[in-house]
Amino acid sequence: MEFLNGFVALSNFVLVPAIAYGSQLALGALGVTLIYGILRFSNFAHGDTMAFGAMVTVLVTWAMQSIGISFGPLPTALLALPFGIAGAVLMVLMTDKMVYKFYREKKSKPVILVIVSMGVMFMMNGIVRVIIGPNEQQFRDGERFLIKAREFKNMTGLDEGLAIKSTQAITVVTAAIAVALLFWFLNKTRTGKSMRAYSDNEDLALLSGINPERVVAVTWIIVAALATIAGVLYGLDKSFKPFTYFQLLLPIFASAIVGGLGNPLGAIAGGFVVAFSEVMITYAWKKVLGYWLPDTLEPSGLVQLLSTDYKFAVSFMILIVVLLFRPTGLFKGKAY
Amino acid sequence: MSEPFLIGDCMTGGYGNGPDILHGCTIAVDKGEIAVIVGPNGAGKSTAMKAVFGMLNVRDGSVRLDGEDITSLSPQNRVVKGMGFVPQTNNIFASMTVEENLEMGAFIRNDDIRQTMEQVYDLFPILRDKRNQPAGELSGGQRQQVAVGRALMTQPKVLMLDEPTAGVSPIVMDELFDRIIEVARTGIPILMVEQNARQALEIADKGYVLVQGANAHTGSGKDLLADPEVRRSFLGG
Repeated sequence: MEFLNGFVALSNFVLVPAIAYGSQLALGALGVTLIYGILRFSNFAHGDTMAFGAMVTVLVTWAMQSIGISFGPLPTALLALPFGIAGAVLMVLMTDKMVYKFYREKKSKPVILVIVSMGVMFMMNGIVRVIIGPNEQQFRDGERFLIKAREFKNMTGLDEGLAIKSTQAITVVTAAIAVALLFWFLNKTRTGKSMRAYSDNEDLALLSGINPERVVAVTWIIVAALATIAGVLYGLDKSFKPFTYFQLLLPIFASAIVGGLGNPLGAIAGGFVVAFSEVMITYAWKKVLGYWLPDTLEPSGLVQLLSTDYKFAVSFMILIVVLLFRPTGLFKGKAY
Repeated sequence: MSEPFLIGDCMTGGYGNGPDILHGCTIAVDKGEIAVIVGPNGAGKSTAMKAVFGMLNVRDGSVRLDGEDITSLSPQNRVVKGMGFVPQTNNIFASMTVEENLEMGAFIRNDDIRQTMEQVYDLFPILRDKRNQPAGELSGGQRQQVAVGRALMTQPKVLMLDEPTAGVSPIVMDELFDRIIEVARTGIPILMVEQNARQALEIADKGYVLVQGANAHTGSGKDLLADPEVRRSFLGG
């Protein structure tokens, strides 16, 4: 009983939130890793692409709510998501045409493209704030919980409750569908395979008649979709605020690098590694340990390794450790 | 005499705007033939082949395929015209399976590629066994077979190989040469650059000895092997 109570408390405060957060990071890291693998630079504008896509979704959600469209127990934002994706796709394709294409044709070095992407980041950052403002926005509706803590207690008779927010469940399900679709696309379709071929060996891909501009455009479309989905899920789960997406850039890059840049599978693993580390290191373990340890060993302090204010330090630490000891990441990535 | 199927005629040129590496060099291959380019290190063997394939700035002379002037075409467009090229290095998609490599080779085709794939598997049976394995996990000789197979997937009218036996053991080298002869027997003319001059000339219908970017000796493989000067300078006596 003691053990079960401890485990439920652990699930409630660590496992469930970390899985949801990990799914969001994984989706974000997939976008970063695809750009790195195929366009061959680290896209610093990715966080703000997420913000832009999420912003369009928020605006469409509000419009839908105002004319009375709802999705029953599910958030209306899921209905608005395709519009958000379309908006983000338009945005990145325009950016590519107006900005990145110029540098690609000049065959600029990756480091120059990184700086260029920072410029794009500031621009998108500004656009989002001009349109929706820098403040926190609410757009969540529908059922709040999938399982409420009280219901869980009544159901199981345990002292500890387990609450699963519907946004957490939606996050995991949506992320799983998106990832399954992405892997099916990359491994089974001709276009997907041509993207992998281009990422693997650009010269040989050109020799094989693969059209690089098409590969680049498809990549941007996929990345915009992934970024929007990640941004909306994060916004639903927490709240929408433009600045948080900029801050998300660090854990997302940490995830992509931990998994091995350019490796989609690694990005997913990396997302969960970073999410779990962040949640576990900033969680106060007193309650769980109280259940699990004998009474004599029960901790008197909170057993919290780091205050949640310092959660970004966790990403930094992971990043440094990985770069020091396994620079290609857990799964073999590549470096240009 | 009628014009050869593929000819790089009196080519002069170099990479980009750099100095000329080729000086009036002529390379040709005719239907049903294996033509081999040999020569000492730095003679411009690979460069000559790349010039034929359009990866070089040919300032003088011309490249003609089946009588058509293709000097100004990009390498990609030459592939569409029916030229298959196997680069010396990085000639496979290492992270993709053997079968995916072949599929990507046929990317410009929109018709059914299964029959061609079967032909490639018949030619290189080992690839059939390893079809679902990442190409990067194969041995050096097997990788070369993947590389040649990939180039064959476009059903090229002429196949160009840049040092296909570089870095493989002598046994594997013999096997690769056997396979190349088999490819030639299917009717595809082959133009190839080789380090292993003696073995290459033995299977060649036509040989080109290049020195400093120019033709030094030209003749049938047998003639060149018998030529005392060629023997003395390139084949070690």
